[in-house]
Amino acid sequence: MSNDRGNAIEVRALCKRYGDYEAVRDLDITVRRGEVFGLLGPNGAGKTTTVEILEGYRTRTSGEVSVLGHDPAHRSIALRRQIGIVLQAGGVYGHITPREALSHWAHFYPHPRDVSEVLSLTGLQAKADVRSRTLSGGQLRRLDFALALIGDPELIFLDEPTTGFDPEARRAAWETMRSLRALGKTILLTTHYLDEAQALADRVAIVKDGRVLAIGPPRELGVGAGAGGTRYLVAYRSEEGELIEQETEDPTTLLHELTAQALADGRRLQELSVGRPTLEDVYLELTADA
Amino acid sequence: MPDAVLLSWRQYRLERRMFWRNPSAAFFNFVLPLAFLAGGGILLSGSQHDLNRLVPSIAGMSVMSTTFTALAYNTVFLRERGVLKRIHGTPLPTISYFGGVAANAVTNTALQIAIVVLAGRAFFGIGWPLHWGELLVFVLVGVVSLAALGVAFAHMIPNFESTAAYVNAVFLPVVFVSFYVFDSSSAPQFLRTIAEALPLEPLIRGLSGAMVTGASLSSNLDGLAVIALWGVLGIYLAVRGFSWEAART
Repeated sequence: MSNDRGNAIEVRALCKRYGDYEAVRDLDITVRRGEVFGLLGPNGAGKTTTVEILEGYRTRTSGEVSVLGHDPAHRSIALRRQIGIVLQAGGVYGHITPREALSHWAHFYPHPRDVSEVLSLTGLQAKADVRSRTLSGGQLRRLDFALALIGDPELIFLDEPTTGFDPEARRAAWETMRSLRALGKTILLTTHYLDEAQALADRVAIVKDGRVLAIGPPRELGVGAGAGGTRYLVAYRSEEGELIEQETEDPTTLLHELTAQALADGRRLQELSVGRPTLEDVYLELTADA
Repeated sequence: MPDAVLLSWRQYRLERRMFWRNPSAAFFNFVLPLAFLAGGGILLSGSQHDLNRLVPSIAGMSVMSTTFTALAYNTVFLRERGVLKRIHGTPLPTISYFGGVAANAVTNTALQIAIVVLAGRAFFGIGWPLHWGELLVFVLVGVVSLAALGVAFAHMIPNFESTAAYVNAVFLPVVFVSFYVFDSSSAPQFLRTIAEALPLEPLIRGLSGAMVTGASLSSNLDGLAVIALWGVLGIYLAVRGFSWEAART
């Protein structure tokens, strides 16, 4: 498969079957170099299966996959030197300290980052020399990030990096991801948090039942992504205080009709607003069970 | 592949450090067999004949606990905790990882055998081993075989909580039947057949020859062959069924 210099990941018609169960069906995504790409979907959508195929943990049933120009199924050391992986649940020796773990991991890579630099990037300086078994969940997650970064990878996989975090720990993790992006790294992020995708991803693919339902920048996903074209939400409160929402592809006409009628009746449309569907609206509509 | 060798060495050093920092691993590996040795020594003191059988039996048991037991525990623990999966995602070559792990097990066994040999000389009226070469051969073949069987056995253990039950369900019966058959000339034939087909009793016999009786290697070749055959089976099963990650629930 030819690999465009601009693309870090190319996936075409990817399928993964476990017996009769199709975890991933005919999935296509392209991740450009330097972008943060979000795979968004409910539990069981096939996000982790897809990511683990890209990481080389699983083999695919069919389809074409290229990661930094390599087929991950070959598990080449050359590819693994260029990627960093934050697993959904990856453990570490209980009796190792973060500094020791990073020093050990650094030897696996040809051009590792400086250990203390990574400790400070991930906010682990204060805990650098305590045994990992005494770290909190959030601190262990920082260590996951740190171990994924120590090899100075081109491409970083983050599989639900903030699941189970308290709000403060999530914000801290987001800051780390933003700083990675500022370093020019490509990031593939899976999440089932919409705000996370909205806050971090340049582009998002909404996945359900192993298929991509929509793909694009989070802000534009509402536009033309769902059934039908561009949709707007017109909302107001009736005089009885009831919230009324109407969807339309033509807000100009709808507003004209509504306001003309209201003026003719001598009523006011309280809190009148026109909005575009949020990522959440699109997500809920696309992933709702038919 | 000097790079892979160097990484093996680093993995080995990490394994050593982790081993000493984990008191329960150190206990199971070192204290337990030595407690058996001390306890047996007290019970059997006065009978050199019995002490002559106790020391190689404990030496054989030490080989099994530092390899089979330790590797079954470790493999399940690291697998269930997700450590193996994380390592599998790095450029660390598989051979380097297992090289370090195996060297760690060999070190523990060597330390144990050294302690048992010294204790035998100091407290149990047994001199220095009569055949160092034979001792080395049996320890080496025993380590490779029982280490592989430990890793292979880990594949059968579904989660860390049940590891102790699984491991002891194998370890204790094998130790008891091997000790009994090795020690008693009147053991029933079927038990003798079973014990001699398992790796531990032939290992104890070989160690006894090297350390106490002076029976030559050539007179214990059949036992060595039994241990080696278990090793071949163990390596095959260890490699074939190896899983870097916990089964998904």
